[in-house]
Amino acid sequence: MISAFFIYNQKGEVLISRLYRQDLKRSVADIFRIQVISNTDIRSPIVTLGSTSFFHVRHENLFIVAVTKCNANAALVFEFCYRLVNIGKAYFGKLDEEAVKNNFVLVYELLDEVLDFGYPQNSETDTLKLYITTEGVKSERALKEDSSKITIQATGATSWRRPDIKYRKNEAFIDVIESINLLMSAKGNTLRADVSGQIMMRAYLSGTPECKFGLNDKLLLEKDTSHKGMARKSTAVEIDDCQFHQCVKLGKFDSDRTISFVPPDGEFELMRYRTTENVILPFRVHPVVNEIGKSRVEYRVTVKANFSPKLYANNVLIKIPTPLNTANINVRVASGKAKYVPAENAILWKIPRFQGQYEVMLSGDAELSAMTVKKAWSRPPISMDFQVLMFTSSGLLVRFLKVFEKSNYTSVKWVRYMTKAGSYQIRF
Amino acid sequence: MMNSDSSLSIKDSTYAVSTVVKSIMTDFRISRPNFFSTPKKGENYELRADLNSEYRDRRKDAIKKVIANMTVGKDVSGLFPDVLKNMQTDDLEQKKLVYLYLMNYAKTQPELVILAVNTFVKDTDDSNPLIRALAIRTMGCIRVEKIIDYLCEPLRKCLRDENPYVRKTAAICVAKLYDLSPNLAIDNGFVSTLQDMVSDANPMVVANAVTALAEINESSSTKDIFIINAPTLTKLLVALNECTEWGRIAILAALAEYKPADSKEAEHIVERVVPQFQHVNGSVVLSAIKVIMIYMRAIKNEEAIRQLVRKMAPPLVTLLASAPEVQYVALRNINIILQKRPEILANEMRVFFCKYNDPPYVKIEKLEIMIKLANERNIDQLLSELKEYASEVDVDFVRKSVRAIGQCAIKISEASERCVNVLLDLINTKVNYVVQEAIVVIKDIFRKYPHKYEGIIPTLCQNLDALDEPEAKASLIWIIGEYAERIENADELILTFLDTFHDENFQVCKNFYVNLKYTRLNNFIILRVCDKLLLRFNYNWLLQVSNFSLKNHNQHKTSYNVLYKSLQPNVIILIFEIVHIFIGDYYQQILRLPRYYLGFHILS
Repeated sequence: MISAFFIYNQKGEVLISRLYRQDLKRSVADIFRIQVISNTDIRSPIVTLGSTSFFHVRHENLFIVAVTKCNANAALVFEFCYRLVNIGKAYFGKLDEEAVKNNFVLVYELLDEVLDFGYPQNSETDTLKLYITTEGVKSERALKEDSSKITIQATGATSWRRPDIKYRKNEAFIDVIESINLLMSAKGNTLRADVSGQIMMRAYLSGTPECKFGLNDKLLLEKDTSHKGMARKSTAVEIDDCQFHQCVKLGKFDSDRTISFVPPDGEFELMRYRTTENVILPFRVHPVVNEIGKSRVEYRVTVKANFSPKLYANNVLIKIPTPLNTANINVRVASGKAKYVPAENAILWKIPRFQGQYEVMLSGDAELSAMTVKKAWSRPPISMDFQVLMFTSSGLLVRFLKVFEKSNYTSVKWVRYMTKAGSYQIRF
Repeated sequence: MMNSDSSLSIKDSTYAVSTVVKSIMTDFRISRPNFFSTPKKGENYELRADLNSEYRDRRKDAIKKVIANMTVGKDVSGLFPDVLKNMQTDDLEQKKLVYLYLMNYAKTQPELVILAVNTFVKDTDDSNPLIRALAIRTMGCIRVEKIIDYLCEPLRKCLRDENPYVRKTAAICVAKLYDLSPNLAIDNGFVSTLQDMVSDANPMVVANAVTALAEINESSSTKDIFIINAPTLTKLLVALNECTEWGRIAILAALAEYKPADSKEAEHIVERVVPQFQHVNGSVVLSAIKVIMIYMRAIKNEEAIRQLVRKMAPPLVTLLASAPEVQYVALRNINIILQKRPEILANEMRVFFCKYNDPPYVKIEKLEIMIKLANERNIDQLLSELKEYASEVDVDFVRKSVRAIGQCAIKISEASERCVNVLLDLINTKVNYVVQEAIVVIKDIFRKYPHKYEGIIPTLCQNLDALDEPEAKASLIWIIGEYAERIENADELILTFLDTFHDENFQVCKNFYVNLKYTRLNNFIILRVCDKLLLRFNYNWLLQVSNFSLKNHNQHKTSYNVLYKSLQPNVIILIFEIVHIFIGDYYQQILRLPRYYLGFHILS
């Protein structure tokens, strides 16, 4: 398994070095610096030199590196690296060189806890925060009397929840956040359109609540309708696949598609899902881009919002690529602001508020400087960024959230929806 | 949120300066003062003073500084006894730091480690389970012979600790001990305790016991340490749904090693594993898929297999939305899975379309998978996609995309014509590396479908001047040679290559040579070729080519060998040999040719 773990800065200086096994020397850190950090040809995230494999992940200005001598489970190593990044974020707000340097003692302490002999142990941030503390993250109770409870919780079947949580007002907030990914061909055909959704939950519930959660999931509703004889198929959504937070009972979902769980306290990601059927595209883009001779490119880009006029999209950004040898840009837009950004080789068109069913257009042209070598412009796709509140591209709806607890308290539940752009690309 | 340790930044320059001054004045123990190395010793000296300070805060800060120095690679092993003195403390953070130091430097100071044993043993009796676990965890990492004997008793205690956190830590510690001294671990009964721990009530203890046993089994010579039987199997399946994500991976890995007794048992286990497809951690999903792939071999029920294949596709596709590195691992796995069961993702080709901003390593894996999934139904879609990729900027990716078009043509004969048309479109873009790659690919298509696409030869020949890569040149030479009868100016084309003949690398020449041998260019051309050869020959090259011919033509082998061996570096006879081979069927002329050319050569 993982033999050593390093964190480097951009320059290749070692910020953290922790060996877990004796099959490696500390000097292996230099090998990575020389062979990977200072080598621009390295393209793979896994580099094997002799019998030593280096797995690296880049985050902010850091290289997070796991080294192994054996035939390790590669997916596990990467998932672990990302988990460590998330733990870092949860502790320091942001995991960058500054944070690592300022908290190196804590980083070592965390590394000692989450990996033992190179095998990942408990990596739940909420649990770790109970017994690995700093001035920023400190539990008020004295550690000594609590630690038996903590350790039992950390290893138990509900390692994510303390048993003695109390709230005066029991509330639960659900956020459905969808990222829509689109790849449109130059001819206007949809090559790929899918939605990857995230259901975030903030649970402020007392005791050990058993929750049941229901969506307009087609497979589930079809089962229902066979009993009740109701035809509700039209509003149901076909979910291709979903993943759950570890609190959800997977066996139960597999047998009858009910989502039941004991939630962790506070915010967590309850579920992720993916749909590809009947995806509603919030924006339609019609680009007309003509290269006129060698010196000019003409743009006419229309964007239409495809959702109800009652709704608004926020922070709409349309990035329209320009050739590398662009000298000057003239564009006119009906709304928002368009600006040429040479560093990105693109026109950035920002529209802060975009009403549903509204249509806007950009027209203009780019003047090109003469080039000695005629190399065809690769025409990278137009990409978009946006957020639309109270709208789901998949049509997904939360049908219910039921909370059962011994004391039988009543709880208040809230739900919000949002669709944002994932990778929303239109070729032209 | 932020820790206020900023005063402890790893490189504190002002501190270093004051150290230099101080050390020059106070460090009298250095017998031969060397001003270049004093700062380091001086810093250690100062740290030593702080480590022995009467103030707690000062001691703790000094330990932090020692750890920081250790991280950047400075040698602080000299402070071993001083750091060790700070081990006995109520401050858990300080204790952890001292332990960290110990793990790193225990090997350099084996004699002194013994001093730490007492504290360790005491800590394993502490009322706080976190401290008990910490002590046993650290002790296992100190790989010094002397300490092992002291490890056994505390480890025995910890393995039976009432607290699961201590037990799960002790379980891993057995693997550490085994790594160091297998006999000790077995003789003390630790390994058999570990086997019992698979039935522990706590899921995390089960997971760590499984992990430790798997590791021990792997490194043991007998490989009989971890054998799953019916009762353990039940335990594992129960723990699978309760333990942490990493524990699940360990259990799934153990299940993958298990051989189910019959189809029914395999189906039963698979049923328990399938829910893991919904886990949020991609590596759990991949581990579950691995188990299912293995168990599918044992399942006889066709319907069950169909069901499994259907269930496997969505989680695999979902993995493509994870972080690029995880995606990469998933794609590599998918590539292998498809070799065994291509039907799994038969209808999912679109999801492998590359995004413009995918990292190159992801794009190239996706490309390979797309070729595997290509069939008559989706080929049009794939071709327009590949054509799109061929206009991107990354040269390597562009080349692979062009090559993929050729692979599709060869794989799906119905679509070969469409593929050739796309390649022609690409050649017309005149982008140099695209043209060259396309020509290489077209050669392969010609070989698979002879005499089907001769019509495009003129287009290829138009790009003759653009070729500067050996493989592309060699391919075009091959094509010209193969279709020489149909190309009006084949001789001229061949001769253009001859101009740079002696600059070419071996691959081009070899192809040139082999092709000419099998094709029927007219006599005139052959004479001209020989002419060029003679004018421009390079002895070493000729030698190489003739070697090649000797190896490859068994029917002539003996005679050539005799010829070859009888030669001194006699170039003339070597040429004779080459010419002989070139002419092939025109055997008659052999007799005349050498004489003519030899004369010509000598004259010129």
